[in-house]
Amino acid sequence: MSEKQSGSGGTPARKAITRRAEAADLEAVAALDERVTGAAKPGYWQDIFERYATRRLDERFFLVAEAPAAKSKGPILGFIVGEVRGWEFGSEPCGWIFAFSVEPGTREQGIGETLFQAISERFRAAGISTMRTMVARQNQLHMAFFRSEGMMAGPYLQLEKELDD
Amino acid sequence: MQKSSRLAIYALIELAADPERQVSVSEIGEKYRVSAHHLAKVMHTLGRAGLVRSIRGVGGGYSFSGNARRTTLLDVINLFEDMSSDCKLTDRDAATAAEWALFDVSCEINDIARATLGSITLSTMLKQIERHKKSAMARTSESEMA
Ligand SMILES: CC(C)(COP(=O)(O)OP(=O)(O)OC[C@H]1O[C@@H](n2cnc3c(N)ncnc32)[C@H](O)[C@@H]1OP(=O)(O)O)[C@@H](O)C(=O)NCCC(=O)NCCS
Repeated sequence: MSEKQSGSGGTPARKAITRRAEAADLEAVAALDERVTGAAKPGYWQDIFERYATRRLDERFFLVAEAPAAKSKGPILGFIVGEVRGWEFGSEPCGWIFAFSVEPGTREQGIGETLFQAISERFRAAGISTMRTMVARQNQLHMAFFRSEGMMAGPYLQLEKELDD
Repeated sequence: MQKSSRLAIYALIELAADPERQVSVSEIGEKYRVSAHHLAKVMHTLGRAGLVRSIRGVGGGYSFSGNARRTTLLDVINLFEDMSSDCKLTDRDAATAAEWALFDVSCEINDIARATLGSITLSTMLKQIERHKKSAMARTSESEMA
């Protein structure tokens, strides 16, 4: 971590604006995701779009970030997807973030923070006071980002087991 | 976590909060109730790592010279101790099944601790302190209103 470039530290809100994803963004979202994760997921983003950007919009949020001046649909700079989930594992309703990416060429400029704050606001407006996500603990970048936004280990631990053949 | 690591983190937080400020060893020592002798050793190690700079002369002391946004708690701890020592099996060939099982559990805990400490930067700590102060203030004013 010590060799990383110093980040933005500036005012994130001016670097990008956020809005709900539209059908026209899907191709760019899928392409960004494929570039970042290295896995093409045919049909996946269409499905996510239908579920999170067209229904129950008061508790499902599929947001994209774009440059403030983008008049026509310019290239998107990142996206975040989350929803309110209630009573899973006996938990009170809370906001879950389950997909999040910023264009590699425009990272460390506050765009991730802008998206994170935008979805936090949407959750707050939906009456939610706790937000959760899951990160690979070896992924220092994700861990560092969410920590810097004030997230801490929650009251649940994720457990798993290899099933025998 | 060893005492030196903890002291180092406190001292760095103190200095990183205002990189322009010079703070003397005795000032930090008094605040955290530790001997200047122990702290001086800690500061020397931090100095060698480039995280603090010593300023000589009257009003001298130390100031922060690292990158608070990219220095994690684990980076600091690694200067003073070997975090992985809890998860070591001394004699793999002779180890019993019970020793292996406890080794697995220790490694699991160590893994989580390392991932946590390796993701919290000094600037994240400073933000956390600010939040802590704000909520303490909110609680005080609430209880004053009541
Ligand atoms: C995590 C991610 C969203 C962050 O986006 P970003 O726009 O670069 O983040 P920001 O510029 O808003 O950074 C906010 C804070 O996060 C932390 N952070 C961001 N990048 C960091 C890095 N490379 N190293 C350490 N900390 C970092 C810093 O604390 C930073 O604050 P600072 O700028 O004051 O130092 C982005 O790196 C990303 O998309 N990563 C890949 C995500 C992925 O794999 N998605 C697929 C699975 S869902």
